Amino acid sequence: MEVLANINQWVTIFLMVAGLYIVVARGNMVKKLIGLGVFQTSVYLLYISPGKIIGGTAPIISPDFTVYSNPLPHVLILTAIVVGVATLAVGLALVVRINEAYDSIEEDEIYAQEHDA
Amino acid sequence: MSSLHLPALLVVVPLLSAPLCALLPGRLSWFVAVVVSLATLAITWAVHDRVLAEGVISYMIGNWPSPLGIEYRIDEANAFVLLLVAGVGAVVALWGRESVAAEVGRRQERWYWTMYLLALAGLLGVTITGDAFNVFVFLEISSLASYVLIGFGRDRRALTAAYQYLIMGTIGATFFVIGVGLLYTMTGTLNMADLAARLPLVEETRPVHAAFAFLVVGISLKLALFPLHLWLPNAYAYAPSVTTAFLSATATKVAVYMFLRFFLSIFGGAELFELLALPDILLVLSLAAIFAASTVAIFQSDVKRMLAYSSVAQIGYITLGIGIGTRLALTGGIVHLFNHAVMKGALFLLLGGIAYRIGNVTLDRLAGLGRRMPVTTAGIVIAGLSLVGTPGTVGFVSKWYLAQGALERGWWWLVALIVVGSLLPVVYLGRVIEAAYFRPAPADSALHEATPQMLVTAWILVVACVWFGLDTSLTVDVASRAAEALWRGQ
Amino acid sequence: MLHDSVILRVVVKLLLPPILLYALYVQAHGEYGPGGGFQAGVTVAAAMILYTLIFGVPEAQRVVPFAVVRTMVPLGVLIYGGVGIVGLMLGSHYLDYTVLAASPPDGNHIGVVLVEIGVFVTVSGTMLSIFYSFSSKIEDGEDAD
Repeated sequence: MEVLANINQWVTIFLMVAGLYIVVARGNMVKKLIGLGVFQTSVYLLYISPGKIIGGTAPIISPDFTVYSNPLPHVLILTAIVVGVATLAVGLALVVRINEAYDSIEEDEIYAQEHDA
Repeated sequence: MSSLHLPALLVVVPLLSAPLCALLPGRLSWFVAVVVSLATLAITWAVHDRVLAEGVISYMIGNWPSPLGIEYRIDEANAFVLLLVAGVGAVVALWGRESVAAEVGRRQERWYWTMYLLALAGLLGVTITGDAFNVFVFLEISSLASYVLIGFGRDRRALTAAYQYLIMGTIGATFFVIGVGLLYTMTGTLNMADLAARLPLVEETRPVHAAFAFLVVGISLKLALFPLHLWLPNAYAYAPSVTTAFLSATATKVAVYMFLRFFLSIFGGAELFELLALPDILLVLSLAAIFAASTVAIFQSDVKRMLAYSSVAQIGYITLGIGIGTRLALTGGIVHLFNHAVMKGALFLLLGGIAYRIGNVTLDRLAGLGRRMPVTTAGIVIAGLSLVGTPGTVGFVSKWYLAQGALERGWWWLVALIVVGSLLPVVYLGRVIEAAYFRPAPADSALHEATPQMLVTAWILVVACVWFGLDTSLTVDVASRAAEALWRGQ
Repeated sequence: MLHDSVILRVVVKLLLPPILLYALYVQAHGEYGPGGGFQAGVTVAAAMILYTLIFGVPEAQRVVPFAVVRTMVPLGVLIYGGVGIVGLMLGSHYLDYTVLAASPPDGNHIGVVLVEIGVFVTVSGTMLSIFYSFSSKIEDGEDAD
């Protein structure tokens, strides 16, 4: 199965496109942020996948093992996850403030409010 | 501590002063911000001098050797950008005391300056680092801080503008990190110098092409290249004055630097740049930016929004320098990066002074301001002339080099377009000046000049507009060395 | 309201000490096993959130006042960065922990433990301050109704 050999990449691409689609297609600001989260998740998989060597072990040097997985992608993605969480937090905080100011988190309703005023 | 550690301190000082700022009582926060940004400027100056004297500086964070650990690597190009960011940062912080207290409120003041320092640290970090993933981390530090800085605006539309910027900015940063991830998969390194060395070996593979595309879109979103600029006008128009001045002068410029670093230094050896026709695309988009954004600017009645659109157009000139693709044009682009920061910084600070007195800066409210606030409006005229590109101001210098670059290629039509494009600011700035000098002031207004502190600091940038326009040796020399450094690659 | 139930109050009082103790275990374990400041910080914050849910915001703020929580967020970052600065002071590079003790491995140990403390302070502070901000908003809303 050629296709299944790259299953990680397929999932990455699916998450990437699905997340981006949600961001573009949804007018609800919270849903947009969820889409953004899905989009960012695809990056985690993109980095982690090539770091894993099947049969490789954790990179703690020992005479019993010769094949080690690359630990660097995990560290990078830990950072990226923290960045993602921080982005989500700032985004949600903004949405809360927007809801207070406009009484709505639907983009079209906010747009209508701005342009009637 | 010896001067050896200056590169680390450059980022660490603002980064750690930010939490300190949050801990101190509100009144002190501005003071901390000013002291820190001045200290940062001093450090940058020292680093810049050392780069000019000794060549490339390399610093290993945590003393991990270069390809393994994160390396800070400073050559002529990023030393120049660092100086620009720190310089604008210091001026804007000095300017901002009353403005932030008035627009953000005393209660939130310290959080504002905390975010300001974080944004400063992030921008310096993006510029100084020699590690592709580290760029992403610092980029997000500065971006997250700038979303908050914009959200502090008095107008509720600042919130939606910040949200919009957050969505676009995060998509941009994620595209960028996808590109970096693909490069890492193909080359096994994140160090920029290593990447540049290894990329030619794999340049014909599809992941590298995909990485290239992701990086182009990601960085272009951040630098507000023409069709990807939609987040910028609202974000700049509704943000507090200090935020607008700071971000317009630094954030997009740092993104331009990223663009140069990635596509000239890292991909430079791989010749993908030419292969995928990026210069031609850039050329078209830059011209579109110059004409479309300037035209839109003409029809704005909110002056901040007008200048925000003008920023999109001016970014077009910078990318034009990259698109033309000769060394002279690139020098012009880099000089314009500096010049645009200086003149837009000056304009937004002066407008901030007006906003401090009258609130919203719409054309109607500017009526008769030439007599009420003569020093401020005179500054706007000078910085505005510079934006147009009048000889004797900085705007002229960069356009001169761009035109020369175009001539090197024999593109007369482009020279003509640059000249015509320069006339558009005459129209929109003319509307501002007409309102300020030729319309009668409303009778009831008891308006007077902005505070002396605001005037003096904003005029530093106005004077710089003229100074660097007359004495081009400093900026052009440094910029051509920077262009040289970028071209040389690693 | 949740705090009317005797069972919940008693169970929460019984649960809190083990949760906090477990958080300390995770924290102390962090530098060479799974665990560390992030997880411990979230666990402590979860314990406090549980306490708030049952006993109400005023009671919880008596235990950990908002001012303390808000100080914790920047303080943790300062601890983290401060450790890096110490490395610099001791004549090595920024964030080089090997100089913190006589032998490099010990230095790395100490450095990571200190950094984890910083992470713990910031993470628990952040989680709690988010929770406090929202819960006090809800309480205000209820007062208005």
